[in-house]
Amino acid sequence: MKRFLYELTESWKIAAAQMRSNLTRSTLTALGVIIGIIAVTLMGTAVNGISIGFDKSMAVLGDDVLYVTQWPWKPVDDWWNYRDRKKIKTEYAETLSRMIAATPNSNLVIAVPTSNLMRSIKFGGNQVDNVFVLGTTSDFIVTSTIDCTAGRFFNELESRGGASVVIIGYDVADALFPSESPIDKSVLINGQLFKVIGVNTRQGTFLGLFSWDSMVAMPLSAFNKYFSAKSESDVRVKVKDKTKLADAKDELTGLMRRVRGLPPEKKDDFSINEQQAFKSTLDPVKNTIAIAGLFITGLSLFVGAIGIMNITFVSVKERTKEIGTRKALGARRRTILLQFLIESTALCLLGGFIGLAFAYLMCFGIGKAFPSFPIHFSVGLVLISMIVSILTGLFSGFAPAWTASRLDPVAALRYE
Amino acid sequence: MTSDHVRQAGPIVIDIENITKDYVMGEEIVHALRGVTLQIRRNEYIAIMGPSGSGKSTLMNMLGCLDTPTSGRYEFNGKNVAEMDDDELAAVRNREIGFVFQTFNLLPRSTSLRNVELPLIYAGIEPERRIERAIQVLTDVGLGDRTHHKPNELSGGQRQRVAIARALVNGPSIILADEPTGNLDSKTGEEIMELFEDLYERGNTIILVTHERDIAAHARRTVHLRDGLVEMDHAGFIPELDLPIPETTST
Repeated sequence: MKRFLYELTESWKIAAAQMRSNLTRSTLTALGVIIGIIAVTLMGTAVNGISIGFDKSMAVLGDDVLYVTQWPWKPVDDWWNYRDRKKIKTEYAETLSRMIAATPNSNLVIAVPTSNLMRSIKFGGNQVDNVFVLGTTSDFIVTSTIDCTAGRFFNELESRGGASVVIIGYDVADALFPSESPIDKSVLINGQLFKVIGVNTRQGTFLGLFSWDSMVAMPLSAFNKYFSAKSESDVRVKVKDKTKLADAKDELTGLMRRVRGLPPEKKDDFSINEQQAFKSTLDPVKNTIAIAGLFITGLSLFVGAIGIMNITFVSVKERTKEIGTRKALGARRRTILLQFLIESTALCLLGGFIGLAFAYLMCFGIGKAFPSFPIHFSVGLVLISMIVSILTGLFSGFAPAWTASRLDPVAALRYE
Repeated sequence: MTSDHVRQAGPIVIDIENITKDYVMGEEIVHALRGVTLQIRRNEYIAIMGPSGSGKSTLMNMLGCLDTPTSGRYEFNGKNVAEMDDDELAAVRNREIGFVFQTFNLLPRSTSLRNVELPLIYAGIEPERRIERAIQVLTDVGLGDRTHHKPNELSGGQRQRVAIARALVNGPSIILADEPTGNLDSKTGEEIMELFEDLYERGNTIILVTHERDIAAHARRTVHLRDGLVEMDHAGFIPELDLPIPETTST
């Protein structure tokens, strides 16, 4: 064990001396690994960023909320079976809430109606098109992670009275009120004036997925008054315990069947969805991007590894006589193996460090230049790229090191 | 001569009986050694001579445990070396044999100290003792002030002294020197031979492989090889007796 340690230290010293004395060669060889590590690391940060972006968008849906909708949140082949389903009505929410309150030990908390459509919104000379307009009740905050940077959400009184008030998303506020506070200003939606009472915290958009940043929310009764036509309605139901989501789903299915008055032999004519269903359709996409991306960038690292392998073979060849001498002095096979493995690993680690430094700077630069681009540089990533560098070194050094360790001492000593 | 014979009465270090070594060279088999029997005792000073192709180098590789014989018995300090595997042979080389090469074979980018330290690293000696021991041996060969010089900062004679220090550092049973003066001018060569003489006087066992008569003349016993067999094995080297020494012009 002790001897192994001494041999290890010796091998590191030799590796360092080798790199110093063959500086140009080492640098050029390490360049392959540097580029490989930069590519893999940047891809890693991008994949990481995409994943975080997905999760952030998912978080909007809430992991403890069930959505009663006409269409299921997954691709369906038999679309004709869903097309003719009855629309989900906002009134169901009230009925459901009453039923939930009447059920002892219910797994559900409350049902909240939402209606939505796309509209333009104006203030002064500024206009934002295709804003997601949401009509709901004051109970909405129970089901959603909505959070105001300025102002507040509408209260029960405004909700029931159908007051013309709105909460606006961050991007909407930014576009309409570039230099002033939006609170208490009146914006024009569909020819109607609405008073802004709150601005939602910035959430960030990602790959065009739904985000609170580009929406406005208003009391449902006001929404129905002005835009009842062509709106889509859903009912959101908050679950008490998210670990019992399946039970909650069963309970809600039963309640909805009662609301719709379905006899037992009839199939459900509504869908109940949760965040997870959405996730399971998006996850394969995410994973495909990750695997394809890492595979392609991994190829560049592989090319770098071949460079290291090549140079280690050259090094073994050049130092055949030295290997013979070391064997004559008592170096065992594994000592020689270790020495060359460490030389290739040291080269890869050096390349890895430099590559990582460059990747970090690039991430920093990209982050500064495009703040919305999802890029995420983590400690885990640093560790992983270091491990990848070491593995690359071991992988590329193994064949040459093995050759060296198997050299016949007599032939090696005679080699010129 | 008499005093030498008294001194040669040490225990047997190397005991070779009827060893052969065959090489396959393309289609044909080369019989490099055809049955060599040899005993070497502690504190002998022996020269192995012979023309090129005589099996001299092969015998040296056997003695140095760099290679194993095709057949025959080889015991080193009573241990059967002929059947050892690579790593066991490496351990014997490390602890029992000190190699001195014609071309010195120092690691070019390492200092004298690091070169001499190397066998100690392979022996698993801790750093402080390694450095202490290496400096001691370097001082013994007269290079106490050259410990931090690299080979290219040393003269040929100094390089060979570093190599000799490296051979001595693990306290080996034998020192195996292969043409140790082959790359040195005659004056420096003579100095190296004086160093060997000195080491011999201090109780070391020295095996000198050479084709130069005046180098072999330093040894107390000479073994002549020809065609893979021991042609002659005699005490001393007495050229004035006009012994039929084989022609040894090249290796």
